[in-house]
Amino acid sequence: MVKVFIPSDTTACALGADEVAAEIALHSEQRGLQVEIVRNGSRGAFWLEPLVEIDSHLGRIAFGPVGVNDVFDLFESGFPEPCEHPTYMGKVADIGWLKYQSRLTFARAGMTDPLSLDDYRQHDGYSGLMRALTMSPADIVEEITASGLRGRGGAAFPTGIKWRTVLDTAAEQKYVAANADEGDSGTFADRLLMEADPYQLIEGMTICAMAVGATEGFIYLRSEYPRALHALKQAISNAADANLLGNDIGGSGRHFDIQVRVGAGAYICGEETSMLESLEGKRGLVRFKPPLPAIEGLFGQPTVVNNVLTLAGVSTVLAKGADYYRDYGTGRSRGTLTVQLAGNVRYGGLVELPFGVSLRDLVEEFGGGTATGRPVHAIQVGGPLGAYLPESQWDTPMDYEAFAAAGAMLGHGGVVVFDDSVDMAQQAQFAMEFCALESCGKCTPCRIGSVRGVELIDKIRQNDNRQGNLDLLDELCETMESGSLCAMGGLTPMPVRSALKHFNQAFEAGQGNEKHD
Amino acid sequence: MSPATGQPVTIVSSVVQKYAETAGGLLPCLHEIQAKLGHIPKDCVAIIASGMGLSRAEVHGVISFYHDFHNEPRGQTTIHLCRAEACQAMGSRKLEEHVKSRLGVEFGGTTADGRFSLEPVYCLGNCACPPSIRIGDNVFARVDAARFDRLLKEV
Ligand SMILES: Cc1cc2nc3c(=O)[nH]c(=O)nc-3n(C[C@H](O)[C@H](O)[C@H](O)COP(=O)(O)O)c2cc1C
Ligand code: SF4
Repeated sequence: MVKVFIPSDTTACALGADEVAAEIALHSEQRGLQVEIVRNGSRGAFWLEPLVEIDSHLGRIAFGPVGVNDVFDLFESGFPEPCEHPTYMGKVADIGWLKYQSRLTFARAGMTDPLSLDDYRQHDGYSGLMRALTMSPADIVEEITASGLRGRGGAAFPTGIKWRTVLDTAAEQKYVAANADEGDSGTFADRLLMEADPYQLIEGMTICAMAVGATEGFIYLRSEYPRALHALKQAISNAADANLLGNDIGGSGRHFDIQVRVGAGAYICGEETSMLESLEGKRGLVRFKPPLPAIEGLFGQPTVVNNVLTLAGVSTVLAKGADYYRDYGTGRSRGTLTVQLAGNVRYGGLVELPFGVSLRDLVEEFGGGTATGRPVHAIQVGGPLGAYLPESQWDTPMDYEAFAAAGAMLGHGGVVVFDDSVDMAQQAQFAMEFCALESCGKCTPCRIGSVRGVELIDKIRQNDNRQGNLDLLDELCETMESGSLCAMGGLTPMPVRSALKHFNQAFEAGQGNEKHD
Repeated sequence: MSPATGQPVTIVSSVVQKYAETAGGLLPCLHEIQAKLGHIPKDCVAIIASGMGLSRAEVHGVISFYHDFHNEPRGQTTIHLCRAEACQAMGSRKLEEHVKSRLGVEFGGTTADGRFSLEPVYCLGNCACPPSIRIGDNVFARVDAARFDRLLKEV
């Protein structure tokens, strides 16, 4: 029996993995071959998807990208054994793009059947929780603090400090809420993790619950991720069957349950207080802080809100120890950064590396430049509220502080590459448009300012009172930055200002759309 | 998303009953109603409100806040076209023009034959292989005009 791995991941399937799996099953049957098809997660090398792997005497061997039309030929060439074929990649372990990464959070992604608890445990899964169950809550929190783990949702807040606050706040009921709203364009790490290794999130949440004394957990998942929803529901049910959720976790007598709640297409619901409102069944209006969610969160109770990758990182910290985790990274940015190479990039996908690598190395060495083959022109980092970086800034090391100093932000690690056909004035206008569409409406600078911003940039692009409108735009950005309750209104000026500052030719008369197709 | 058989009012009532005791249950309740009926009929808002212990204004407020929820009947299949940055970088603006003219609708519209509704979406998490669209629950990568036309035929 030969094991053949074909990812069930969204992107792999968007490129035809389901059809490839069906075709391979059909050919195996027709040829009377003993083949077991495993729908694994993706390794995140999306440029190679559908990436088909076999278990062979040489170890895991890869073929990619495999289209439906390759399958007949593959079998003729000797598949499912290592064989010569244009899609033959050799050993997975030798693929440079993967080999030169430091996979901590995504170590298992693509190796295993995402829903198999046995697979998860065989690859070190649940060792973190087992350790946590022997520790006191305060010691678990201390371990997280010592690891230097900071929130991966964008704000980079130290996770240990947040947990400490919840632990120290006395209450009958506490909650853990995983933020799986992943709204930033150019990001897919949360999705990849939930589809490829959902138990890691579940384990992280359970460790968090043990640390702060929570008994109920929610995963707030965006509705755009139906495959992740399926994986999470199944994984939660399997974990409960194995006593890893429920009334007596791992025989400890401790109790914790998790529910998945699906969002409804609102970007702002990724903001933590808006998410809590939404979980309560309300409009996603951002709350004033204080009170912090750690003190008065979901249904008014102390709540840990953490991003999916933060909670996944918790599993690694507990499994391997705080020091192990801390040893990766630089300065105050510890552990690994999961960069998502996206947009117009040749070798796009998930790159996990210690903090500190330069943007240029990422986009050129891992990304291989643009998919269109034209020169890279601008790189937007950190989602729709992040800056557009010109070439002069590509040597900035990717850590929180260095990016902040460059007037940019890492956010959730999305890196969107644009070639020289991009119209940066149009991109700036889109930033305002997006804010207008997604504003929760609570404060005027964000709700009205963004609409005004769209109009102003439109006029500038049409060379209508250019200088006057540029001055107005500058003032408007200032008002939004200083007068907005949350980062939606407060940071929308970041992409706008970076475009104005670094790509000002695009705003000059007659630049407009001519290069843009 | 196949509409269930039975009277909308009966269906809505039974879904509401299911979530009446769930803390923060309005979103899952609305999702399920929409999955069953294709939309959330305006004349059912009162039933939802009384069943969930909310005012009609509250229920209406929630429906109107979220892009996913619709008060009007929809096409059999929804096509979501990603308008966000990663897709823009690979020509989604051009694809958007093509899709709109091919379907003969703007965003929010439903084709004359009632088969498709077109919606914008801001990210499908497929950003390494754009432009992306979602048809029903399936995401498709690297979609250009020709691929879109082929996909449409296969629905
Ligand atoms: C407009 C806006 C959108 C956000 N979207 C997300 C999101 O999709 N996922 C996420 O984890 N955090 C998001 N955040 C950050 C959260 O508010 C919060 O900082 C985070 O979930 C905390 O978890 P962490 O400490 O693990 O990062 C967003 C913030 C803002 C202002
Ligand atoms: S800045 Fe915008 S999104 Fe944030 S609270 Fe104000 S109106 Fe809402």
